[in-house]
Amino acid sequence: MEPSKLIQEYFRDANLPHIWCPGCSHGIVTRAITKAIDELGMDKDNTVIVSGIGCSSRAPGYMAFNTVHTTHGRAIAFATGIKMSKPELDVIVITGDGDASAIGGNHLIHAARRNIDLTVIVFNNNIYGMTGGQYSPTTPTDAFGTTAPYGNIDQPFDILKLAEGAGATYTARGTAYHTKQLISYISKAIKHKGFSIVDAISVCPTYYGRRNKSGSGVQMMVWLKDNYVDVKVYDKLPEEKRAGKFVYGEFYEQERPEYTAEYQKIIDRLRGEV
Amino acid sequence: MSDQKQLVLKREWCKGCGICVAFCPTKVLIMDTDYKCTIANIDACIKCGLCELRCPDYAIYLKEAQDEQ
Ligand SMILES: Cc1ncc(C[n+]2csc(CCOP(=O)(O)OP(=O)(O)O)c2C)c(N)n1
Ligand code: SF4
Ligand SMILES: [Mg+2]
Repeated sequence: MEPSKLIQEYFRDANLPHIWCPGCSHGIVTRAITKAIDELGMDKDNTVIVSGIGCSSRAPGYMAFNTVHTTHGRAIAFATGIKMSKPELDVIVITGDGDASAIGGNHLIHAARRNIDLTVIVFNNNIYGMTGGQYSPTTPTDAFGTTAPYGNIDQPFDILKLAEGAGATYTARGTAYHTKQLISYISKAIKHKGFSIVDAISVCPTYYGRRNKSGSGVQMMVWLKDNYVDVKVYDKLPEEKRAGKFVYGEFYEQERPEYTAEYQKIIDRLRGEV
Repeated sequence: MSDQKQLVLKREWCKGCGICVAFCPTKVLIMDTDYKCTIANIDACIKCGLCELRCPDYAIYLKEAQDEQ
């Protein structure tokens, strides 16, 4: 049986099935990205997908675009180089919560500060999946990881607040369960001129799930369904109903000078002067 | 329009996570004895595409009628 049209068009389907565990959400988020690209009618040859290292960062290996699988934490640095050399390219970064906010945190904040026109999709499963379940900067306080056998005492980052504080001009959060909304945020993020970031909440049943007794991929998806609320609904909820809820939705959108366009102005100015 | 779509299972890609079964609104799908998805009640299918949207393994999808021509 052949795969769907979408998969045939946007995936290197000879490499499928992928390596992700049963119930891992990374496959859902990867398909969501291709669905957004399809709806936008983007040119595959003009699109570059860059990743770091992690289970999430394996996604571009399955995607039929110009793809670069780089080193841990450095996806945004490579993507910056690609975008600077050819600003007409659409550059999308696929990264994990560890890749983006731990080892790659500095690249994240400085790319946001520059407002370079990249679209960053963080496959946020609150754990280092690939290396066996070490806690990440988005692991909730009191959750368990192989490096937090007695519970995590750290406070987690809200990656979107971090990016907004640093200068990102579009931020949104979707979940693997709320897939249609996720696709629409990815689409908005790609269209946005400037640094855009989507925190895509994914689940890792194998490492986060087992350690935290969260159950199967299905049970973790049910948890997303029951605990994530659209920010527009959340804002209208009385205080007592907000407790313990998590929010998805669009959080920030602004126009600000974009880095490669500003750089081009310098080139144009100097060329005009010689 | 939508009833021209056909639900297709690519069983060899199914890893048996059960997500499609859990979230199908009309209970079209079941897990079989090999713990893989099986289309058990196609008459109930409303062609909503939620299984395709959330299948992490791209093993189930709605095929457009014109795809076959
Ligand atoms: C420089 C370097 N340090 C550490 C590692 C080991 N390592 C590989 S993946 C990973 C974490 C991945 O976590 P995340 O980015 O959240 O991706 P996930 O696997 O959860 O999708 C680490 C620490 C590495 N490959 N390179
Ligand atoms: S270890 Fe976790 S993140 Fe990696 S493929 Fe398995 S479920 Fe997905
Ligand atoms: Mg992770």
